[in-house]
Amino acid sequence: MNINISTEEKKDEYIIAMSGELDVYTAPELQEVLNPIRQDGSHHVKIDLSDVSYMDSTGLGIFVGTLKDLNKHGKELRVTGVSDRILRLFEITGLRDLMHINESSEVE
Amino acid sequence: MSHQYDYIEMKFPSSAEYVGLIRLTLSGIFSRVGATYDQIEDAKIAVSEAVTNAVKHAYNEDEDGNILVGFAVYSDKIEIIVSDKGQSFNYEEIKSELGPYNEDDNVNYLREGGLGLFLIDTLMDEIVVRKDPGVTISMTKYIDESQVHSDGETISNR
Repeated sequence: MNINISTEEKKDEYIIAMSGELDVYTAPELQEVLNPIRQDGSHHVKIDLSDVSYMDSTGLGIFVGTLKDLNKHGKELRVTGVSDRILRLFEITGLRDLMHINESSEVE
Repeated sequence: MSHQYDYIEMKFPSSAEYVGLIRLTLSGIFSRVGATYDQIEDAKIAVSEAVTNAVKHAYNEDEDGNILVGFAVYSDKIEIIVSDKGQSFNYEEIKSELGPYNEDDNVNYLREGGLGLFLIDTLMDEIVVRKDPGVTISMTKYIDESQVHSDGETISNR
Protein backbone atom coordinates (compact mmCIF):
# COMPACT_ATOMS: atom_id res chain seq x y z
CA MET A 1 0.00 0.00 0.00
CA ASN A 2 2.02 2.85 -1.29
CA ILE A 3 1.93 5.58 -3.83
CA ASN A 4 4.23 6.45 -6.68
CA ILE A 5 4.36 9.97 -8.01
CA SER A 6 6.03 11.20 -11.16
CA THR A 7 6.34 14.81 -12.22
CA GLU A 8 6.86 16.04 -15.74
CA GLU A 9 7.37 19.68 -16.66
CA LYS A 10 5.92 20.86 -19.92
CA LYS A 11 6.17 24.47 -21.11
CA ASP A 12 3.59 26.03 -18.78
CA GLU A 13 2.27 22.98 -17.01
CA TYR A 14 3.34 20.35 -14.52
CA ILE A 15 1.90 16.92 -15.12
CA ILE A 16 1.76 14.87 -11.97
CA ALA A 17 0.88 11.22 -12.36
CA MET A 18 0.13 9.02 -9.39
CA SER A 19 -0.39 5.34 -8.89
CA GLY A 20 -1.62 3.59 -5.79
CA GLU A 21 -3.88 4.68 -2.97
CA LEU A 22 -4.28 8.32 -1.99
CA ASP A 23 -5.21 8.51 1.69
CA VAL A 24 -4.06 10.03 4.97
CA TYR A 25 -0.93 7.86 4.90
CA THR A 26 0.24 8.62 1.36
CA ALA A 27 -1.02 12.21 1.12
CA PRO A 28 2.16 13.77 2.57
CA GLU A 29 4.11 12.46 -0.43
CA LEU A 30 1.79 14.25 -2.82
CA GLN A 31 1.88 17.39 -0.66
CA GLU A 32 5.65 17.37 -0.82
CA VAL A 33 5.55 17.38 -4.61
CA LEU A 34 2.75 19.94 -4.86
CA ASN A 35 3.80 22.46 -2.22
CA PRO A 36 6.62 24.17 -4.14
CA ILE A 37 4.51 24.19 -7.30
CA ARG A 38 1.57 25.75 -5.45
CA GLN A 39 3.74 28.43 -3.88
CA ASP A 40 5.59 29.21 -7.07
CA GLY A 41 2.39 29.53 -9.10
CA SER A 42 4.20 29.78 -12.43
CA HIS A 43 2.67 26.67 -14.01
CA HIS A 44 -0.70 25.12 -14.56
CA VAL A 45 -1.06 21.71 -12.94
CA LYS A 46 -2.51 18.53 -14.35
CA ILE A 47 -2.96 15.64 -11.97
CA ASP A 48 -3.42 12.24 -13.56
CA LEU A 49 -5.38 9.81 -11.40
CA SER A 50 -5.60 7.00 -14.00
CA ASP A 51 -3.70 4.59 -11.77
CA VAL A 52 -5.12 5.69 -8.44
CA SER A 53 -7.22 2.85 -7.08
CA TYR A 54 -8.47 4.58 -3.95
CA MET A 55 -9.03 8.15 -2.83
CA ASP A 56 -11.00 9.85 -0.03
CA SER A 57 -11.52 13.31 1.48
CA THR A 58 -7.81 13.65 2.18
CA GLY A 59 -7.22 13.77 -1.58
CA LEU A 60 -10.17 16.08 -2.14
CA GLY A 61 -8.72 18.45 0.47
CA ILE A 62 -5.38 18.56 -1.33
CA PHE A 63 -7.05 19.34 -4.64
CA VAL A 64 -9.12 22.14 -3.07
CA GLY A 65 -6.02 23.70 -1.51
CA THR A 66 -4.06 23.39 -4.75
CA LEU A 67 -6.90 24.89 -6.74
CA LYS A 68 -7.09 27.88 -4.39
CA ASP A 69 -3.33 28.55 -4.60
CA LEU A 70 -3.17 28.15 -8.37
CA ASN A 71 -6.16 30.42 -8.95
CA LYS A 72 -4.42 33.14 -6.94
CA HIS A 73 -1.75 33.09 -9.62
CA GLY A 74 -4.21 32.79 -12.46
CA LYS A 75 -3.25 29.15 -13.08
CA GLU A 76 -5.51 26.19 -13.56
CA LEU A 77 -5.83 22.77 -12.01
CA ARG A 78 -6.92 19.89 -14.18
CA VAL A 79 -7.60 16.43 -12.87
CA THR A 80 -7.60 13.65 -15.45
CA GLY A 81 -8.07 9.90 -15.56
CA VAL A 82 -10.73 10.09 -12.86
CA SER A 83 -12.54 6.77 -12.49
CA ASP A 84 -16.30 6.56 -11.99
CA ARG A 85 -15.78 5.76 -8.33
CA ILE A 86 -13.58 8.76 -7.67
CA LEU A 87 -15.74 10.99 -9.88
CA ARG A 88 -18.63 10.17 -7.58
CA LEU A 89 -16.72 11.72 -4.67
CA PHE A 90 -16.19 14.93 -6.63
CA GLU A 91 -19.88 14.95 -7.45
CA ILE A 92 -21.36 14.38 -4.01
CA THR A 93 -19.06 16.98 -2.45
CA GLY A 94 -19.92 19.55 -5.11
CA LEU A 95 -16.30 19.81 -6.24
CA ARG A 96 -16.92 18.58 -9.74
CA ASP A 97 -18.17 21.99 -10.85
CA LEU A 98 -15.25 23.79 -9.24
CA MET A 99 -12.42 22.13 -11.12
CA HIS A 100 -11.60 20.79 -14.55
CA ILE A 101 -12.14 17.07 -14.30
CA ASN A 102 -11.53 14.64 -17.14
CA GLU A 103 -11.53 17.55 -19.59
CA SER A 104 -8.10 16.90 -21.05
CA SER A 105 -7.91 16.69 -24.81
CA GLU A 106 -4.82 14.56 -24.48
CA VAL A 107 -6.42 11.47 -23.02
CA GLU A 108 -3.99 8.61 -23.32
CA MET B 1 -27.57 -19.15 22.67
CA SER B 2 -28.07 -18.16 19.09
CA HIS B 3 -27.05 -14.72 17.95
CA GLN B 4 -28.06 -12.73 14.92
CA TYR B 5 -24.66 -11.48 13.96
CA ASP B 6 -20.97 -12.26 13.97
CA TYR B 7 -18.83 -9.69 15.68
CA ILE B 8 -15.25 -9.02 14.59
CA GLU B 9 -13.11 -6.53 16.44
CA MET B 10 -9.61 -5.23 15.82
CA LYS B 11 -7.37 -2.79 17.61
CA PHE B 12 -4.86 -0.76 15.64
CA PRO B 13 -2.20 1.74 16.66
CA SER B 14 -3.47 5.27 15.99
CA SER B 15 -1.25 5.72 12.96
CA ALA B 16 -2.00 6.62 9.36
CA GLU B 17 -0.14 3.62 7.99
CA TYR B 18 -2.84 1.23 9.20
CA VAL B 19 -5.76 2.83 7.38
CA GLY B 20 -5.05 0.78 4.25
CA LEU B 21 -4.97 -2.42 6.27
CA ILE B 22 -8.35 -1.60 7.78
CA ARG B 23 -9.74 -1.13 4.24
CA LEU B 24 -8.35 -4.51 3.19
CA THR B 25 -10.00 -6.15 6.18
CA LEU B 26 -13.28 -4.43 5.39
CA SER B 27 -13.11 -5.65 1.79
CA GLY B 28 -12.71 -9.21 2.99
CA ILE B 29 -15.59 -9.04 5.43
CA PHE B 30 -17.94 -7.35 2.94
CA SER B 31 -17.03 -9.73 0.10
CA ARG B 32 -17.79 -12.68 2.32
CA VAL B 33 -21.42 -11.65 2.75
CA GLY B 34 -21.92 -10.85 -0.92
CA ALA B 35 -21.69 -7.08 -0.92
CA THR B 36 -21.49 -5.43 -4.33
CA TYR B 37 -18.42 -3.63 -5.59
CA ASP B 38 -20.05 -0.24 -4.97
CA GLN B 39 -21.15 -1.18 -1.46
CA ILE B 40 -17.61 -2.27 -0.63
CA GLU B 41 -16.07 0.88 -2.10
CA ASP B 42 -18.55 3.15 -0.28
CA ALA B 43 -17.84 1.43 3.03
CA LYS B 44 -14.07 1.59 2.41
CA ILE B 45 -14.24 5.36 2.08
CA ALA B 46 -16.55 5.72 5.09
CA VAL B 47 -14.35 3.64 7.39
CA SER B 48 -11.23 5.43 6.14
CA GLU B 49 -12.80 8.79 6.90
CA ALA B 50 -13.66 7.70 10.44
CA VAL B 51 -10.19 6.25 11.03
CA THR B 52 -8.48 9.27 9.43
CA ASN B 53 -10.42 11.49 11.78
CA ALA B 54 -9.33 9.42 14.75
CA VAL B 55 -5.68 9.35 13.64
CA LYS B 56 -5.64 13.11 13.22
CA HIS B 57 -7.56 14.23 16.28
CA ALA B 58 -7.73 11.59 18.98
CA TYR B 59 -4.23 11.71 20.34
CA ASN B 60 -1.39 14.19 20.63
CA GLU B 61 1.62 13.48 18.45
CA ASP B 62 3.76 12.27 21.33
CA GLU B 63 0.97 10.09 22.66
CA ASP B 64 0.54 6.42 21.78
CA GLY B 65 -3.05 5.41 21.31
CA ASN B 66 -5.21 2.81 19.69
CA ILE B 67 -8.16 2.83 17.36
CA LEU B 68 -10.75 0.18 17.70
CA VAL B 69 -12.66 -1.07 14.68
CA GLY B 70 -15.58 -3.43 15.11
CA PHE B 71 -17.72 -5.14 12.48
CA ALA B 72 -21.12 -6.54 13.39
CA VAL B 73 -22.04 -8.76 10.46
CA TYR B 74 -25.78 -9.41 10.12
CA SER B 75 -27.46 -11.33 7.33
CA ASP B 76 -28.64 -8.14 5.62
CA LYS B 77 -26.31 -5.43 6.89
CA ILE B 78 -22.92 -4.70 8.37
CA GLU B 79 -22.45 -2.23 11.17
CA ILE B 80 -18.97 -0.77 11.53
CA ILE B 81 -17.90 0.90 14.74
CA VAL B 82 -14.80 3.06 14.90
CA SER B 83 -13.74 4.22 18.34
CA ASP B 84 -10.75 6.44 18.96
CA LYS B 85 -10.23 5.36 22.52
CA GLY B 86 -8.55 2.04 22.34
CA GLN B 87 -10.26 0.19 25.12
CA SER B 88 -12.14 -2.88 24.04
CA PHE B 89 -15.81 -2.40 24.38
CA ASN B 90 -18.87 -4.47 24.83
CA TYR B 91 -20.73 -4.22 21.55
CA GLU B 92 -24.19 -4.60 23.10
CA GLU B 93 -23.35 -1.94 25.66
CA ILE B 94 -22.06 0.55 23.08
CA LYS B 95 -25.07 -0.15 20.92
CA SER B 96 -27.48 0.67 23.71
CA GLU B 97 -25.56 3.84 24.57
CA LEU B 98 -25.54 5.22 21.04
CA GLY B 99 -28.48 7.57 20.80
CA PRO B 100 -30.50 8.30 17.67
CA TYR B 101 -28.89 10.33 14.95
CA ASN B 102 -28.91 13.90 16.23
CA GLU B 103 -28.74 16.19 13.23
CA ASP B 104 -27.69 19.29 15.17
CA ASP B 105 -24.82 17.45 16.76
CA ASN B 106 -23.53 16.20 13.50
CA VAL B 107 -23.68 19.55 11.75
CA ASN B 108 -21.41 20.99 14.42
CA TYR B 109 -19.15 18.02 14.07
CA LEU B 110 -19.08 18.44 10.34
CA ARG B 111 -17.74 21.96 10.67
CA GLU B 112 -14.80 20.70 12.66
CA GLY B 113 -14.15 17.60 10.66
CA GLY B 114 -14.55 18.92 7.13
CA LEU B 115 -15.77 16.58 4.44
CA GLY B 116 -15.10 13.34 6.28
CA LEU B 117 -18.29 12.98 8.24
CA PHE B 118 -20.32 14.34 5.36
CA LEU B 119 -18.98 11.54 3.17
CA ILE B 120 -19.69 8.91 5.82
CA ASP B 121 -23.24 10.18 6.12
CA THR B 122 -23.71 10.19 2.36
CA LEU B 123 -22.12 6.82 1.62
CA MET B 124 -23.58 4.79 4.48
CA ASP B 125 -27.22 3.99 5.23
CA GLU B 126 -27.15 4.82 8.93
CA ILE B 127 -24.69 6.75 11.05
CA VAL B 128 -24.56 7.52 14.75
CA VAL B 129 -21.88 9.61 16.42
CA ARG B 130 -21.15 9.59 20.11
CA LYS B 131 -18.61 12.01 21.51
CA ASP B 132 -18.07 11.05 25.11
CA PRO B 133 -15.66 9.54 26.00
CA GLY B 134 -13.64 9.97 22.83
CA VAL B 135 -15.41 9.75 19.52
CA THR B 136 -17.30 6.65 18.48
CA ILE B 137 -18.81 6.49 15.03
CA SER B 138 -21.21 3.72 14.19
CA MET B 139 -22.14 3.28 10.55
CA THR B 140 -24.28 0.72 8.83
CA LYS B 141 -24.40 -0.49 5.25
CA TYR B 142 -27.28 -2.64 4.11
CA ILE B 143 -26.32 -5.50 1.86
CA ASP B 144 -28.81 -6.32 -0.85
CA GLU B 145 -29.88 -9.87 -0.12
CA SER B 146 -30.54 -10.58 -3.77
CA GLN B 147 -26.79 -10.39 -4.26
CA VAL B 148 -26.24 -13.42 -2.09
CA HIS B 149 -26.72 -16.90 -3.45
CA SER B 150 -28.52 -19.39 -1.30
CA ASP B 151 -25.25 -21.18 -0.60
CA GLY B 152 -23.61 -17.96 0.44
CA GLU B 153 -21.39 -17.77 -2.61
CA THR B 154 -20.76 -14.16 -3.50
CA ILE B 155 -21.17 -12.43 -6.83
CA SER B 156 -17.46 -11.70 -6.88
CA ASN B 157 -16.71 -15.42 -6.93
CA ARG B 158 -18.59 -16.08 -10.13
